[in-house]
Amino acid sequence: MIYREAGQYKTSYAADMAVFPLRQDRIGIAVIIALAYSMAYFGTDFLLQAVLIPFLIFALAAIGLNLMVGYAGLLSLGTGGFMGVGAYACYKLMTAFPDVNVIVWVLMSGFFSAGIGVFFGLPSLRIKGFYLAVATLAAQFFLQWSFNRIPWLVNYNISGAIEAPLRTLFGTAIVGPTASANARYLVVLTLVIFLTWIASNIVHGRIGRQWMAIRDMDIAAELMGIKLLQAKLLSFAVSSYFCGVAGAMLVFFWLGGAEYNVFNINQSFLILFMVIIGGLGSLIGSFFGAALIFMMPIGLGIVLPAIFEPLGIRVGAETIEHLRFMILGALIIFFLIVEPHGLARLWQIAKQKLRVWPFPY
Amino acid sequence: MNALYQIFVEPFVFMGEAPDLLLQTIWEGFVSGILYALIALGFVLIFKASGVFNFAQGIMVVFAALTLVGFHAMGIPAIIALILAIGVMFLLALTVERVVLRPLVNQPDIILFMATFGITYFLIGLGEFIFGGEPKVMIADELYLPRGRTDLDVAGGFVSIQHIDLAAAVIAIVMIAVLGVFFSKTRIGRALRAVADSHKAALSVGISLNQIWVIVWFAAGIVALVTGIMWGARSDVSFALQIIALKALPVLILGGFTSIPGAIVGGLIIGIGEKIGEFYWGPLVGGGIETWLAYVIALLFLMFRPQGLFGEKIIERV
Amino acid sequence: MSASTTSAHEFAPAPAVADAPRGTTQSDAAAAPAADREVLLAVENVSLGFGGVKALTDVSFDIRKGEIRAIIGPNGAGKTSMLNCINGFYHPTEGRITFRGETRRKMRPYEAAAGGIARTFQNVALFRGMSTIDNIMAGRSLKMKSNFFWQLLRYGPAMREEVEHRRVVEDIIDFLQIQAIRKTPVGKLPYGLQKRVELGRALAMEPELLLLDEPMAGMNLEEKEDMSRFILDVNQHFGTTIALIEHDMGVVMDLSDRVVVLEYGRKIADGTPAEVKSDQKVIDAYLGVPH
Repeated sequence: MIYREAGQYKTSYAADMAVFPLRQDRIGIAVIIALAYSMAYFGTDFLLQAVLIPFLIFALAAIGLNLMVGYAGLLSLGTGGFMGVGAYACYKLMTAFPDVNVIVWVLMSGFFSAGIGVFFGLPSLRIKGFYLAVATLAAQFFLQWSFNRIPWLVNYNISGAIEAPLRTLFGTAIVGPTASANARYLVVLTLVIFLTWIASNIVHGRIGRQWMAIRDMDIAAELMGIKLLQAKLLSFAVSSYFCGVAGAMLVFFWLGGAEYNVFNINQSFLILFMVIIGGLGSLIGSFFGAALIFMMPIGLGIVLPAIFEPLGIRVGAETIEHLRFMILGALIIFFLIVEPHGLARLWQIAKQKLRVWPFPY
Repeated sequence: MNALYQIFVEPFVFMGEAPDLLLQTIWEGFVSGILYALIALGFVLIFKASGVFNFAQGIMVVFAALTLVGFHAMGIPAIIALILAIGVMFLLALTVERVVLRPLVNQPDIILFMATFGITYFLIGLGEFIFGGEPKVMIADELYLPRGRTDLDVAGGFVSIQHIDLAAAVIAIVMIAVLGVFFSKTRIGRALRAVADSHKAALSVGISLNQIWVIVWFAAGIVALVTGIMWGARSDVSFALQIIALKALPVLILGGFTSIPGAIVGGLIIGIGEKIGEFYWGPLVGGGIETWLAYVIALLFLMFRPQGLFGEKIIERV
Repeated sequence: MSASTTSAHEFAPAPAVADAPRGTTQSDAAAAPAADREVLLAVENVSLGFGGVKALTDVSFDIRKGEIRAIIGPNGAGKTSMLNCINGFYHPTEGRITFRGETRRKMRPYEAAAGGIARTFQNVALFRGMSTIDNIMAGRSLKMKSNFFWQLLRYGPAMREEVEHRRVVEDIIDFLQIQAIRKTPVGKLPYGLQKRVELGRALAMEPELLLLDEPMAGMNLEEKEDMSRFILDVNQHFGTTIALIEHDMGVVMDLSDRVVVLEYGRKIADGTPAEVKSDQKVIDAYLGVPH
């Protein structure tokens, strides 16, 4: 009875086409955002550093991948590589122009990813569906190799790794060893909210429709005047942009430094799973998927020892890791059987039930 | 100019100067090509019969090998361990069919493909949980696989051929021949091809999908076991092998996803191409191009022939 | 800056149902009989082959502006292949197709759409993941021009454009009387309604030439009457030229101005419905007299 549309009349098409047409939804979003910001003050270092910051960053990468796989229907296994491009581009820009604000460089680095993404997306002119995934695999392995083999990328650092130097915003350190978790969290949260808003605008407009048309039946889309190559390349570009920014944030706002191994094929798979489990073609699904996949090992790390230690069985970190893989695999199969549209669809169904609550239908 | 010379002339000069090295490289490429082909074969089997691209083939190879070694480590004689391992792969096929394939029948292919991702991760976790993550040694001797090597005097130098590699090549070729005959000549083979074309149509002529799938996954499991034994005999059994299995994808692209002879041809092209590329051109860019060269070759191929060498040309009907 | 984005056609709500004249074979807009009007599309000696199979052999006919042209024939006659050629989806191996005076052998589907050719498909090619509104909005793609920057913000020109096109789409929805299923994902709609949505999507392109591939397949009598009415309205009010593949002879006789008959990839008759109906070759083709 709370979640009702009754009484909310739309008097213009613009109102009808709004992203959150229901007042309850708008209030809900505002509450969530307010809560999120409040975490910057109430959250413990552990919560921020180990849970919330990486969750947001991976959710952003999942959004990026979802734009391509879920909306445009182009399977990509190169996410790790594109994230890496963003990270290394950001590093070079930061170290070459230390006076410019780091946030500017984080947002700029996405464009390098976008460019590389478009280059590796060119084959989509001729290649479709599953074969395109193999092209993205070429991108993944090639990029990972070049992160390792091009010393210029790491400023000729002998260790081969990149490190986050000190950078500030309005006098507070936000990047580097002295940057506090709260400061970094605030920056990450704001950037992710902003970029999610942009993604939402794109998918609700003409471009999102064109992508979905191509995903559902590209022959019909072409016969309607949609230019396939341009739309596909645009999806590569936008998706890679998001992944690039996420990669830069991963290194500079979370890890503090990285080697080329961080952006390996497992990273690509992980983010793909987040998209699948969260829900293809759903922005909120990307958040759900990131939450589930990312927080699950942490949850396991707390729950399992709690259950088994009183029984005298030691649950080591490796066991948790192994169980994580097994549960992840089982979850993917479970979701594909029960709800192929992922957590996002379950959420929609829940909202649907909520609309008619307390009646069953 | 110098760079052009380095790329287009020098490597060939080098090849001519030391033909024995060239032959050695080609042989190495041949062997790894055969092994890629074996992995690809597992993919082809399942794809040909169910239209599912079984991403888990790689981990099945590792899992099968680990099971074999694990049984042996418990004190069981090698041949019995082998039979037990085959049994385990059969159980695996049964489980996969019951738990994953049956609930997902008639779903679009992409869903089934993603389900095999799930199987992969599950098996990785299970394998590491049961067997531990350190590399194991394959029980090559106990399985009567030959050791040692022969050095041939050839082309002014020598080429060294490991006996195990020869054995691998022979076993692989035999297996491929057997499977090829199985598919084209037997009743079950025909049923498998029918299922690959259309689940619904196959059901309506009375083919039991469940049986077919168990058979096919079991066959792929056997292929995985053999592959695991041969790979493991050359270099230990570890989970890194699972990533190498991704190399089967370029092989499949070249050879076509449904062609058994294509798997061999594709495997050889990739295997030899990779080795020659790495040995003669690799040093120009600091080495390590083996990690991506196969994919780029496949990619270039796709640009010109989207259906692979042996695949069927797809005519879209509206 | 874009000029007004309102559609050139005003999609007014459909006139009173029962009064719609049936059996009219002439468009109100043009006084002259169909065969005397200007040629919009000319197919000249077109042949189409796939490997060993010849789908079309030396077919020639024309479609005049403002008429309803039916293409009929037994199954396998090559009717859909013919439409695919006109659309640019298949390229004829011989012969040429001239549209609005321009000849193109290898026209890409995008060019056909941009040139003013729209079509519906035999097996309903709707975008199943999207709602009715979104499907029809997708048909407006050609007309949407706002640049990428405004799309990112979903504000200003981008939003204004969305609203304008939404207005046009709503007019089409009113015209086709599918208001109730506006927001339903089309995958959930019954077949008859899907066909109507597909027609709406084609109309959204404001085409000069509308190709309809068996628009009434699988419909009952009522649905066929509705569909016929819509087709006639589109032709009469907007002057859209229509090429129509159809199996129901009653529909063909009532709706079309002229008919071309194909069999085994060849043209065997061409003329008004009355002429074709009494042509012995056509009768033989349909009754299956051995050749």
